[in-house]
Amino acid sequence: MTIDLWYAAVGAVIVALSVFAFLTSKHLMKKLLAFNIMGSGVFLIMVGLPQHQHGVDPVPQALVLTGIVVAVSATALALVLLRRYVRAGGNPAP
Amino acid sequence: MNRTLRIAVAGTVALGTLYALLVAILWVPEIQVNLPQQVALNLEQSGIAHPITAVLLNFRSYDTLLEIAVLLVAVVTGLALRERDALTASTEQARDPMLHALTRRLLPLLLITSVYILWSGSYAPGGAFQAGALVAAAGVIARLAGYDIASRADVLLRLGLALGFILFLTVAVSAMLGGRPFLNYPEGWAGSLIFLIEAVLTFSIGLTLISLFVHAPGDSSPRGGADDD
Repeated sequence: MTIDLWYAAVGAVIVALSVFAFLTSKHLMKKLLAFNIMGSGVFLIMVGLPQHQHGVDPVPQALVLTGIVVAVSATALALVLLRRYVRAGGNPAP
Repeated sequence: MNRTLRIAVAGTVALGTLYALLVAILWVPEIQVNLPQQVALNLEQSGIAHPITAVLLNFRSYDTLLEIAVLLVAVVTGLALRERDALTASTEQARDPMLHALTRRLLPLLLITSVYILWSGSYAPGGAFQAGALVAAAGVIARLAGYDIASRADVLLRLGLALGFILFLTVAVSAMLGGRPFLNYPEGWAGSLIFLIEAVLTFSIGLTLISLFVHAPGDSSPRGGADDD
């Protein structure tokens, strides 16, 4: 088991943990955080797994970089939606 | 559904996910295409010396173009959800002299660093996204210190948000006028065009993240919800 495969395995553990947190927590903010960390686990798998086979691979790294930017903006949009929902009288922890 | 049952179900689902992912990772089929080798072979034609930037803006520039489109959609939705009174509120509370002094010294530093990172993207790790994130950080700090940059120029803001996507799309489509495929850079111009696109993308990404932060609804929630656990 090389160090890069180890990265991918840790990514899988992170994804599983955040699936658990996403399903158990009721608060919308916690669900958003869990979803975000799930994305980080996917990024870790995406970078670690190809490195295991062919060494440092710029293609998945560029894709992950794209994914990080999309994840950041989607999280910001989700926070805007969440705040608007709470200010409209919604309960964040139904 | 009561709490114990929910935890049990979630635990089962999480363990199943972990098992499936580990099986997929440990018994992955051998990939026939050697991507790093192909990138290294074609790096000279891309006009960029750094492989990741070359992949982002030349070999797989379609991804980057669509990513900017996603960012634009996100910020348009965010702007549609803003509140009218949220802009003027809570600027008065940030009259802390220490914060002001720190911000005035920090902002030029952040902007210079972002320009350096943008420039270094052509031969070292760096590029439009990292530089855009730094620009956004500078904007957030300025906003927290009470400077109200983004809400002063509304039309300019919208133009700036769309500028990255417009320029990228223009370059991509103008290749088709010369009979080349979509998103194909002309010979010898690739390096300069990529740098131009990256510079405008930095501006637009920074502005997008800033305006998602600035135009977020205010934080005075009528009632906070408590979690069950």
